[in-house]
Amino acid sequence: MKGVNLALGAAGLAAFLALGEAVPRLGLVKEAYFPPTSRIADALGDELADSAFWTALGDTLTGWALGLAIAVGAGIVAGVVISVVPHLREATASTIEFLRPIPSVALIPLAVLLYGTELRSVLLLVVYASFWQILIQVLYGVQDVDPVAEETARSYGLGTWARIRHVLWPTALPYVMTGVRLAAAVALILAITAELVIGAPGLGARIAVAQTSQAVPEMYALIVVAGLLGLLINVGARTVERRALAWHQSVRGEVAV
Amino acid sequence: MLDVRGLKKVYEGSGRRVEAVRDLTFTVGAGELVCLVGPSGCGKTTLLKCMGGLLAPTAGEVLLEGRQVTGPPPGMAFVFQEYGRSLFPWMRVGENVELPLKQKGLSKARRRDLVADALRSVGLADASSAYPWQLSGGMQQRVAIARALAYEPRVLLMDEPFAAVDAQTRADLEDLVRGLWRERGITILFVTHDIDEAVYLGERVVVLSASPTVVQEQLKVDLPPDRDQLHTRVAPRFAELRTHVYEQIQAAKRGVQLGGTPLEAAPMDAPPPLKDGLR
Repeated sequence: MKGVNLALGAAGLAAFLALGEAVPRLGLVKEAYFPPTSRIADALGDELADSAFWTALGDTLTGWALGLAIAVGAGIVAGVVISVVPHLREATASTIEFLRPIPSVALIPLAVLLYGTELRSVLLLVVYASFWQILIQVLYGVQDVDPVAEETARSYGLGTWARIRHVLWPTALPYVMTGVRLAAAVALILAITAELVIGAPGLGARIAVAQTSQAVPEMYALIVVAGLLGLLINVGARTVERRALAWHQSVRGEVAV
Repeated sequence: MLDVRGLKKVYEGSGRRVEAVRDLTFTVGAGELVCLVGPSGCGKTTLLKCMGGLLAPTAGEVLLEGRQVTGPPPGMAFVFQEYGRSLFPWMRVGENVELPLKQKGLSKARRRDLVADALRSVGLADASSAYPWQLSGGMQQRVAIARALAYEPRVLLMDEPFAAVDAQTRADLEDLVRGLWRERGITILFVTHDIDEAVYLGERVVVLSASPTVVQEQLKVDLPPDRDQLHTRVAPRFAELRTHVYEQIQAAKRGVQLGGTPLEAAPMDAPPPLKDGLR
């Protein structure tokens, strides 16, 4: 069954690529704006041979990873503190609900004002967008603590810190993992957006340069790279999730007793 | 060992006031195995949580070895009915048993010995590296019991621990608890809604009234200390005792205090007066 699905997936992708090759060649769309697959592939090959491309990729990944790490750290700490300190959740709920829907891109002018085209501009946007994904998941996850598990921990004399570490954290972990997966995707979107719009160095800035210099196939090649990056990040996040949650119902499945 | 004096617990919330436990007074002697039995919804769990320091009573007090219980005392271990939720699925069996010992600050070698010994006594010496959810329900409850044993409590509180396992497993676990009690000399307070279980296990049975709860009756179980599922349960004295407890529970549900006792010399103390009589 898995083999069949894999074959179908490969066939679908091949058909899509063939369509991308055929449609411009048949003149259905203008080749200048929509180059055939083979030309995009050529441009991709050229990019891979260019050291400036790898620098740009490194810049994007740096912004992405650093921003995500800050957001995950801050989101987890803030989420746990808000949940553990009495009344803090109620007091912060309205503020969070107000701040959370603000689109991160709306902060681009602020980022430029504060940091210009530095990495810090990218970080500001990435952190703002990913932070809420993590925070919300942590807040939900912490609420999921089983009262029986909590009472068990208390009856065996586990203090606040030990209960956070041994009960609250493992309970929230599946939620945190979902948050990290979502945040990882959002962080990449924001990193590339920031580079594209602000001109901070990275893949986004390179896409903008390719566009203004009419290097259309190169532009597509860079977009493909961004897409592949997103794919890899998602696969990576899922693998980490599976490893960390081997004990969880969603991963372990049904066991024969 | 364990004194419950005038215990009262009222739950208040959202305009509703529920008096779960009205006025409970009884004692459990050192090394005793006492079964608490009462009609369903009579506040057994509330009582046990107050005794274990998990809930603060509205009035009255619980004393463990003369000291008032204000939080979970170190000398007391709890076995919950919901073993599946009480064991941590993210830890292996051995880690589950070991966690409270780490909290106690015991050395690694000591912890290893205690975990191995506790798992051996419940017949799960080989299960240490399994996850709880890989075990059957009965085995999971054995792990929970092992965790309590490894903690080396002087008092073990058990809240309907076998209510969720099948009848055969249940019989095995009952014998396990009695065996451990005789072997280790722990004081055990065992809460159940099952009359047969209470009589089979206990040295003494405390019958609770319906909510709001008071002590309906206390009964000494004068069965021989060596009990087994086959013979004890068909002994005439067992039938007499269980009939008596059954009648008391039925009376408790109706809210009356049975007058004369059909059992010679069975009740331990004069039954406490029921203040509001018929309700």
